[in-house]
Amino acid sequence: MTASLTLVALMAVLFGAGVSIMLERSLTRVLIGFLLVGNSVNILIYLMSGAPGLAPLLGEGVDADEISDPLPQAFVLTAIVINLGITAFMLALIYRSWWLAQLGAEGDLVDDTADLTEDAEEAADLIRSSAADDQAIQDLIDASDEEPDEDLEEELELEASARDRDDEEGKP
Amino acid sequence: MIASLAAFAAAALVMPLLARWLGRRVFAVIALLPAAVFVLLLTWLPGVLAGTPVVEIVPWIPALDISLSFRLDALALLLALIVTGVGALVLLYCVHYFADDEPALGRFAGLLLAFAGVMFGLVTADDVFILFTFWEATSVLSYLLIGHYTGRKESRGAALQALTVTTFGGLAMLVGLVILAVAGGTTSLSELIADPVTGAAGEWAIALVLLGAISKSALVPFHFWLPAAMAAPTPVSAYLHAAAMVKAGVYLVARLAPGYAELEVWHPIVIGLGALTMLVGGWRALRQYDIKLLLAYGTVSQLGFLVMVTGFGTRDAALAGVALLLAHALFKAALFLVVGIVDHAAGTRDWRKLSGVGRRMPVIATIAFIAAASMAGVPPLIGFVAKEAVFTAFLDAVAAGDSWAWVALIGAVAGSVLTVAYTVRFIWGAFFSKTDVADTPLHAESPAIAVAPGLLAAASVVSTFAIPFIEPLLASYADELPGGHDYHLALWHGLEPALALSAVVFALGALLVWGRQRVARLQASVAPVLDSARGYLGIVSVVDRVAASITTAIQARGLPGYLAIIMTVFIGGLGAASIMNTSWPAGIRLFDYPAQPFLALVMAIAAVAAATVRQRMTAVLLVSVTGYGLVLLFGMSGAPDLALTQALVETIVLVVFVLVLRRLPKQIAQRNPPVHKLARGIIGALAGLVMAVLGLVALGARIQPTIAGGLPALALEAHGKNIVNVMLVDIRAWDTLGEISVLVAVATGVASLIFVSGRTGGAPRLDAVDEGVNRRDRLRPVPEPAWSIRAPRTSLADTAGESDAAGEAAETRQTWLLAGRTISPRNRSILIEVLVRLLFHPAIIVSVFLLFVGHNAPGGGFAGGLLAGLALVARYLAGGRYELGEAAPVDAGRLLGTGLLLAAGTAAGSLLFGGPVFESAWFETEVPLLGTISIGTSTLFDIGVYLVVVGLVLDILRSLGGEVDRQEERQTADEGDGAFTTGDGEHGDEHGGTPGEGAEFADGDEYSAGARLPGDGARQPSVERTEEARS
Repeated sequence: MTASLTLVALMAVLFGAGVSIMLERSLTRVLIGFLLVGNSVNILIYLMSGAPGLAPLLGEGVDADEISDPLPQAFVLTAIVINLGITAFMLALIYRSWWLAQLGAEGDLVDDTADLTEDAEEAADLIRSSAADDQAIQDLIDASDEEPDEDLEEELELEASARDRDDEEGKP
Repeated sequence: MIASLAAFAAAALVMPLLARWLGRRVFAVIALLPAAVFVLLLTWLPGVLAGTPVVEIVPWIPALDISLSFRLDALALLLALIVTGVGALVLLYCVHYFADDEPALGRFAGLLLAFAGVMFGLVTADDVFILFTFWEATSVLSYLLIGHYTGRKESRGAALQALTVTTFGGLAMLVGLVILAVAGGTTSLSELIADPVTGAAGEWAIALVLLGAISKSALVPFHFWLPAAMAAPTPVSAYLHAAAMVKAGVYLVARLAPGYAELEVWHPIVIGLGALTMLVGGWRALRQYDIKLLLAYGTVSQLGFLVMVTGFGTRDAALAGVALLLAHALFKAALFLVVGIVDHAAGTRDWRKLSGVGRRMPVIATIAFIAAASMAGVPPLIGFVAKEAVFTAFLDAVAAGDSWAWVALIGAVAGSVLTVAYTVRFIWGAFFSKTDVADTPLHAESPAIAVAPGLLAAASVVSTFAIPFIEPLLASYADELPGGHDYHLALWHGLEPALALSAVVFALGALLVWGRQRVARLQASVAPVLDSARGYLGIVSVVDRVAASITTAIQARGLPGYLAIIMTVFIGGLGAASIMNTSWPAGIRLFDYPAQPFLALVMAIAAVAAATVRQRMTAVLLVSVTGYGLVLLFGMSGAPDLALTQALVETIVLVVFVLVLRRLPKQIAQRNPPVHKLARGIIGALAGLVMAVLGLVALGARIQPTIAGGLPALALEAHGKNIVNVMLVDIRAWDTLGEISVLVAVATGVASLIFVSGRTGGAPRLDAVDEGVNRRDRLRPVPEPAWSIRAPRTSLADTAGESDAAGEAAETRQTWLLAGRTISPRNRSILIEVLVRLLFHPAIIVSVFLLFVGHNAPGGGFAGGLLAGLALVARYLAGGRYELGEAAPVDAGRLLGTGLLLAAGTAAGSLLFGGPVFESAWFETEVPLLGTISIGTSTLFDIGVYLVVVGLVLDILRSLGGEVDRQEERQTADEGDGAFTTGDGEHGDEHGGTPGEGAEFADGDEYSAGARLPGDGARQPSVERTEEARS
């Protein structure tokens, strides 16, 4: 297979520009980046046809060996239409988030610090809840282990519950 | 067998409904199912004893040689009888164990019944992967049943422990089974045992499978999950964690022993860990206060015993092992059920608080006594018969000079001593009166609750005397192992060494009971050498912390943060891979044709500029430059379909962008610190570079010729000359069907996001205000006020009272579009109206033309649909949302649905004629002027695509166009209204809304909005008129 350096370079520039805008906090920017990346990937798929030939239309006198590879074209065609759908959907999301939040001049930005706090809280919750469940069943099992005493059996039985309580308080 | 499994599955599914209706009595009904299967199994008994197993095979995944194969031989039948018999009794017990108001009773009943079915499948499955599937299903059901009390921390913790440990072992087992299946060349368990896999593959495979078995059967070091599982309701403990599920590991050991007992890994695992587990379990059982935990540790001990005996590898040991298996299922299930009754009656399971229970519950105490005696191996019970057989088998093996036999014998004797001791502790603790402890208050229990444990205890007695009838089934399995066939199970073998051993065991057990305090002190002073529960908790806690810290580290900072991580991984991973790459394209041209570099340069500049400008609109326009550039690139290099579609899509995208962005602030807020800006630039540049290399590598990596060579012939076969279109609607129609499904989802999503209440319907119609309006009167002034027409004009409806010039103009100007008058005169352009008027219908005709010629020339459903959509865009832009409603007076959802139905119907239609999905058919005819027309099923499919695309554009327009217009007008009007109507109480009441409550506006009624026009007094009559019109 051979490649057109121009198309490869164009694809790379579009992709790089798209990715760098997608990393911003503004949703509109993300969408613009998405469109650039979409166009770039369409070029990439199209590149796979190799050298361009005639349109893949089998009219009179068309040599089937001279036409472009139609397979990437079919892929790109569906990708183009899907791009339209996704773009519309993301625009609706942007509009809706802006409308609900009534961000006004803030536009479509999302708060940075709120995100970070939320992440940290979720992580702490996860550790806490899982450890608490495990500890609960372990305590139950430990509580059933006999604690012997030098004294008589009666005393043992009377004091057992009190000791258990002390033990539990002693534990972290 | 398959029919029985299906019955279990079906019954389990209807359980939640049935339980709502019957309450706890539902258990009595469903107990009939395992009971029926039990009887069915008994009818197969003679055939199985005669040596002909029942076999059922249904092919499932032939490519992997996996079939739903089931094989009922002697071992499977024994286990299946235990599973269904005990299962029926436990379900019967549930009737009295639970109250009608027990939460999630239906779920519990369904899960328990499903478990019985799954366990039945596990012991009868012959395909190793089917076996594994059932194996894992029991783990999951066990998890759900242990966690029955979802609100209790200890239930959740215990459930998760059991699941984690058993699935860990299960996964190891899967690897082992895969090795066995590959090395042995079959997935049939019976064939793998008849013709064992040997060598290193066999050793590794069996070690891994045994790892699964010992985790399931709670052997050391995995034993800790079983006591924890006692957080489950007692019927679950009795059934899953005593009689059935934990026996799965024992079953697997017994199943594999005939083929694999001679492997080197076998004896250390089976006998070594078995003996150790028997001692550890017994030792722990001896220090429990909680009688249920005592039984749980006892079960651990007995499971070690069972694995050791069944896996020992001689015929006599196998016979003893399966006898012990039967005995254990009978006595341990009975004991657990008894504990449940005591717990219910006394409200505690701590024997320090139980006193005088036996005296007041004599029946229960008798049952417990019989079952416990069987556990301790007291004659004349089945437990004694089995233990005698075990001792004899081990003594014989010791005499034969087997070194592992010593381990087994010493482990069995020492374990049995502990068993005797903890049995006494259990009976004394649960039922005897203790000095200085007042009699425990007891609730009355229904006598019927004793039926199930009573039957199980009775079976422990009866089976001893029925041993000549039971032995053929057990021996039928045991005879598969090497060894003499002369030993028989019996209550009395005469005075022989095994009997002496039993006597020693009882004596030592009595000694332990007598020296109970010393034992307790010893136990407390010996530090737990092997506390794997602590080890588990430590591992889990480390995993939790690591997972949480990694998650917070890589998923911080919202969307940009995620994307940055993803792109960094992309650059690092694929970049590293492409450095090591060796395949490069055969040749690199600078360009394909001279215009290409020029176009590319323009597009590249536009892309970089789009990344840097601050104005939203400018950025969008710059992106469009790259889009239209693509049109030219495609058009000039043999891709007319792509060029056409890209041009249409690009235009629609641009319009949609404008529709939304007009509402957002002009400037894109810049909140990114400079350091981030630099990082973004670097990530973007590197990502672009990696993509460039990847593109080149992909081009060079092709080793097979393209399939394009065969496509022209295929296209002609499909009656089409445009190969791209034929691929979309015929060759790769599945792909397209998937794509239009996505489009339908997207359209619905867009509408749902914008229309808050009710997204169905089409664009608003002119005569929607009053259905009674004559359609011919449409050219009259519109009765519904248009929001674009703001002060000083308010509504076209009351132009009679108006005198300003704009009103005059609107009244008198010629109407080129149906809803032209709803637009503010200032926003109207006669030129555009005329153009749209002239071009709309031709555009629709061309779109239909594109649709039909698409098979042979550039076009097709996508291009046609997009062009029709673009025509609608033009109507909307020229005449507003009412114009859109008049241009496309249909429900967008209906268009989408019809299109999808047509496409899917075309796909499925060929099934009716016995063909595969998407098989095409054609109807050809000569038409004057047009020539040969070939209408095929693929044409119908393309019409479906067309309708979906039109529906998508319509949904976008009426949402992001019309509805956004309306919301904006409402908001503006409300803000204006707030100023205008201050002090006008009546008016204020009518509105209710205040500026800023954006979300509510959308919920409001479209027409009552008429009352919110700015300016009031003079307009009041108009308001009333609209209101009248509505009613």
